[in-house]
Amino acid sequence: MSFAQLALSLIFVAIPLGLALYLKLGLEKDIIIATVRSIIQLLIVGYILTFVFESDSVIFIILMILLMIAAASQNVVKKGSGIPGITLIIIFTLVVVEAVTMGILLGFSIIPAEPEQIIPISGMVVGNCMVLSLLFLNKLKDELNYSEEVIELILSLGGEPKDAVSRSLKSSIRTSMIPTIEAQKTMGLVQLPGMMSGLIIGGADPFEAVMYQLLILFLILTTAAMASVMVGYLSYPKLFNKRLQYIGLTQSEQ
Amino acid sequence: MDILEFKNVSHNDILHNISGTLRESKITTFVGPSGAGKTTCLKMINGLLSADTGEVLFRGKNIFDYEITKLRKNISMAFQSSPMIDGTVYDNLNLPSDIHGETLDRKRAAGLLSLVDLDESFLDRRVRDISGGERSRVSLARTCVHEPEVLLLDEITSSLDYVLVREIERLVKRMQSEMDITVIWVTHDLEQAKRVSHDMWFLRDGELLEQGPAEFIEKSKNPEIQAFVKGEK
Ligand SMILES: Nc1ncnc2c1ncn2[C@@H]1O[C@H](COP(=O)(O)OP(=O)(O)OP(=O)(O)O)[C@@H](O)[C@H]1O
Ligand SMILES: [Mg+2]
Repeated sequence: MSFAQLALSLIFVAIPLGLALYLKLGLEKDIIIATVRSIIQLLIVGYILTFVFESDSVIFIILMILLMIAAASQNVVKKGSGIPGITLIIIFTLVVVEAVTMGILLGFSIIPAEPEQIIPISGMVVGNCMVLSLLFLNKLKDELNYSEEVIELILSLGGEPKDAVSRSLKSSIRTSMIPTIEAQKTMGLVQLPGMMSGLIIGGADPFEAVMYQLLILFLILTTAAMASVMVGYLSYPKLFNKRLQYIGLTQSEQ
Repeated sequence: MDILEFKNVSHNDILHNISGTLRESKITTFVGPSGAGKTTCLKMINGLLSADTGEVLFRGKNIFDYEITKLRKNISMAFQSSPMIDGTVYDNLNLPSDIHGETLDRKRAAGLLSLVDLDESFLDRRVRDISGGERSRVSLARTCVHEPEVLLLDEITSSLDYVLVREIERLVKRMQSEMDITVIWVTHDLEQAKRVSHDMWFLRDGELLEQGPAEFIEKSKNPEIQAFVKGEK
């Protein structure tokens, strides 16, 4: 695509802008800000990616991934989970999931060790991990509220913290993974997944695009499972004290 | 012989400097109005809560000097709301065993149910489908699985009808004398307390106002207790 073509695509901004003005929707300002921000942000990312790809230096790739992880953790932590020490847990989870998935992808040469492959795929892995962690923590909060009495019951019978929360943990892990699994079942029926569409538009052979998309789907399944299981099992000990008493989620952090 | 002792126990703003003893192989009731701190005291004995200052002693030793999981197995608690895990009545009776890596024999489970006057057919009923009264009886049966030395009962008859209340009272008294266990029974019903207890603790606003033999409490000169006694009748 040329710059001239891109400039012409601004027509698609002009249409909603015109409608907003004509109908006095009060959205003109937001539309303009959104347009300008997306242009600037994506251009910056484009330049950074070009720079990283051309430099072909491992350090820049790693830096880029760390940046993604930092931004993603920040996003999870600021929502307030009520679990002390959640920041470290999230960072650790993201690092491990990224390391394991990349290790497998590169170790078995499933993808070539090129920044053009590593960075976008890492972005999907880290982003998906972030979404799953948020989903899991939300479910866990509900689940703990609901089963506080059962947790105390199990402790009172001489159970360990893991006995007391295992039902809540498993149920939260299950419910946070279900959307990922369900989405895969209808994949391709309703709409083409974004990445596949991108590849096809970019001129790739549809089958090549399909194979890539499948790889990404499987990868996302792994990240969903790993993220919720890791966050869950690393978090639950923080809900109890040394005397095996249930403290629960702290309120103040929210 | 005293089996349990509270020594200057305070907890948050809920319990204030409670000191008292509980006799072995007796039924002691904790009596007092709602919010008095009865449940909180029970949880202290099981180690679910700990004192900010002071301590709770079991056979002369701070409860946290014992291995807490073993102690809890031996000091069993029936909660006020009879919490249940999802599943069948059997799953719930099996829970105490399951936690300790064992499986409860179905015959034994049926035996426990008959203790609380429930038929064997209840074993496979889902706990969501049983009544409040049945639930509290399952909860009581569950506390007996490990044959504990101390039984902590929190308002276990509040959702039962008159006949069942009396039956459970007889049952607990019989269990207490047959198995020679110590029972601490929380109730806000003074008449019930008089029927079942050897000893009584009277709690109000987080303070232990009076303790002693059941008849003695009723004759207490303490105006707050007198007011409670009168209010009951
Ligand atoms: N987790 C908690 N956090 C804060 N306050 C609590 C907590 N649990 C209990 N309390 C307060 O402590 C006081 C004593 O509670 P407790 O449950 O021990 O009373 P109780 O004598 O068992 O009352 P009831 O007969 O209604 O069950 C109450 O005022 C209650 O609101
Ligand atoms: Mg209570």
